[in-house]
Amino acid sequence: MSQTSSEAPGALRVTGKARFGDAFFRIIAYSAGLSVLVVLGLMIGTTTRDALPVFEYQGLWSFFTSDEWRAGFSRTEFTGEYGAFSFIYGTLVTSLLAVVIAVPFAIAISLYINRIAPKRLAKPLAYTVELLAAVPSVVFGLWGLLYFGPTYVRPVMELLNSTLAPIPLVGILFEGPIFTTSYFTAGVVLAIMILPIITAITREVTAQVAEDQVQAAYGMGATDWEVMRKVILRGAFPGIVGGTMLGLGRALGETIAVAMLVGGSQRWGLSLFFGGDSMAGHIANTFQDAAPETVLALIAIGVGLFVITVIVNVAARALVWRIGRVAGDAAL
Amino acid sequence: MSTTLTPTTPPAPTGPGGLREIDAHTRGRKRRSLIARYVLTAGMVIALIPLLMIIWTVASNGVGALGWSFFTEIEPPARREGGGYLNGIVGTVYMVSIASLLAIPLGIMAAIYLVEFGHGWLARIIRFFTDVMTGVPSVFVGLFVYAALVRQFRFGTIMGAIGLAIMMLPIVVRSSEEMLKLVPDDMRFASFGLGARRWQTVQKVVLPMAGPGITTGAMLAVARAAGETAVLLLTALGSLQVVTALSGVAQSSITLLIYDGAKQPFDPGKERAWAGALVLMGFVLLLTITARYISSRARR
Repeated sequence: MSQTSSEAPGALRVTGKARFGDAFFRIIAYSAGLSVLVVLGLMIGTTTRDALPVFEYQGLWSFFTSDEWRAGFSRTEFTGEYGAFSFIYGTLVTSLLAVVIAVPFAIAISLYINRIAPKRLAKPLAYTVELLAAVPSVVFGLWGLLYFGPTYVRPVMELLNSTLAPIPLVGILFEGPIFTTSYFTAGVVLAIMILPIITAITREVTAQVAEDQVQAAYGMGATDWEVMRKVILRGAFPGIVGGTMLGLGRALGETIAVAMLVGGSQRWGLSLFFGGDSMAGHIANTFQDAAPETVLALIAIGVGLFVITVIVNVAARALVWRIGRVAGDAAL
Repeated sequence: MSTTLTPTTPPAPTGPGGLREIDAHTRGRKRRSLIARYVLTAGMVIALIPLLMIIWTVASNGVGALGWSFFTEIEPPARREGGGYLNGIVGTVYMVSIASLLAIPLGIMAAIYLVEFGHGWLARIIRFFTDVMTGVPSVFVGLFVYAALVRQFRFGTIMGAIGLAIMMLPIVVRSSEEMLKLVPDDMRFASFGLGARRWQTVQKVVLPMAGPGITTGAMLAVARAAGETAVLLLTALGSLQVVTALSGVAQSSITLLIYDGAKQPFDPGKERAWAGALVLMGFVLLLTITARYISSRARR
């Protein structure tokens, strides 16, 4: 490049290699950003490609509604039967149970930390609850399988069984026989696992309810509880639903802890105390012994699970989006 | 503030019907409020129990099998006492290191793209799908790596590492992005004003300022990867030996050993699983707490 007079535009530009620095930098950053999309695209593409033959063989409808799962042993063709309903049912029932248990606690914790706790305690308490999210899922599984399940959940199941089973209709959920590893055990441990993520979001959204509204309510003579119930919870409701869905998404996809606690029977039962199996749990439990055709069927379960979790997650994000993307590490 | 002209005698404060008297309805409301306070406090206390219980159970059950040999010997057959998790520890350190090398630089670069260059629809889409990716079940990631790579190249260290890297990537991107966004634009403009280019600005101004926050995110991602099991079950598979090969040979991890140890019936194996859980949890909690500490110090 020839020397130009200093008045000319671009005279300050560096010549030589440095000129390309920014362009180069931009391209690197750009491709790094794209890599996220590429990985996700590849994930969907590869697994769907593998799952399609299974859906074709079994029929899409039958795959999701039949509860007949008989693993085949062929390397080249399909010989088994692949109806995944038992696992879908297990996933849904454990996750819903987890949410039902966790949400009231999450709300209680949020209200306690934001409105009742002494200022000095609020931060440490919130932090302690979030620390629960750091405990690896296999540790939850081990703890639930060898200690918490047999010593604490089992007596609760027995109690519920003896008190609630005779009630018509609802009683079906609490019928015996009781399995130590069951939907219920998995659901309770799942509830503990998703508590931090739901709490992180509900805490954030309850803290963001406008303070003037709160003060106005107090000014009109409302009690603490009335303020919480009628102002804070009402204002934070969409966010709480979003946080709940986020927790539900996490529960649906949780693998190892559920695989260890849900029973692993390949069948399903209406009773919460039945030892069934979940989608992710079944994949983890049987993958190592699966023949090639069954692996494809497991991938098909994975695709189904992926679709369900993405729908739930996207719905959750849509609700929480307005409120702010980050609410602590637990939500990551 | 009553400025009425007609003088009125205020009702006597004592006796039935006086101002001080609180009617039954109000008393009920106050009582309900008080009860709610107790219930919420109880909820808070109950919610703290599981964490303390896990820490206590894992520590008290795990300390028995924990000794020097736990870190220097491999896992013997489950019914035999002694031995350790050397194979798992090597595998976890190996795979998490490679995964970090893959995911952390890539994730930070992606975050730089989102904050420094990303203003259009593409950035919005990437941001959205990063969020979607944080919610992808880990077993699905494992299935993907299996379907795409393992079937051709066999189970191994690098497969496990790739799986872990995919789990870490969205965490790194999201946390780094938040931290980069916190750097005030004034700093960037000042840097531009001094004649720095975009990449110089990022390298010398933005990254150093966001450094502690980015470190926090990276540490949390490492903690998540170290505790990951499902992905490794489908990509590393597990091994009874110490494996140093990068690929072709199935690799072990602490989490896989805990998983197997918990499911088998013999007590010595279970004890080692508790010890493994103690080591893993200690490492992960330490990392998480340190990460928090760094970010809280940096924010000050």
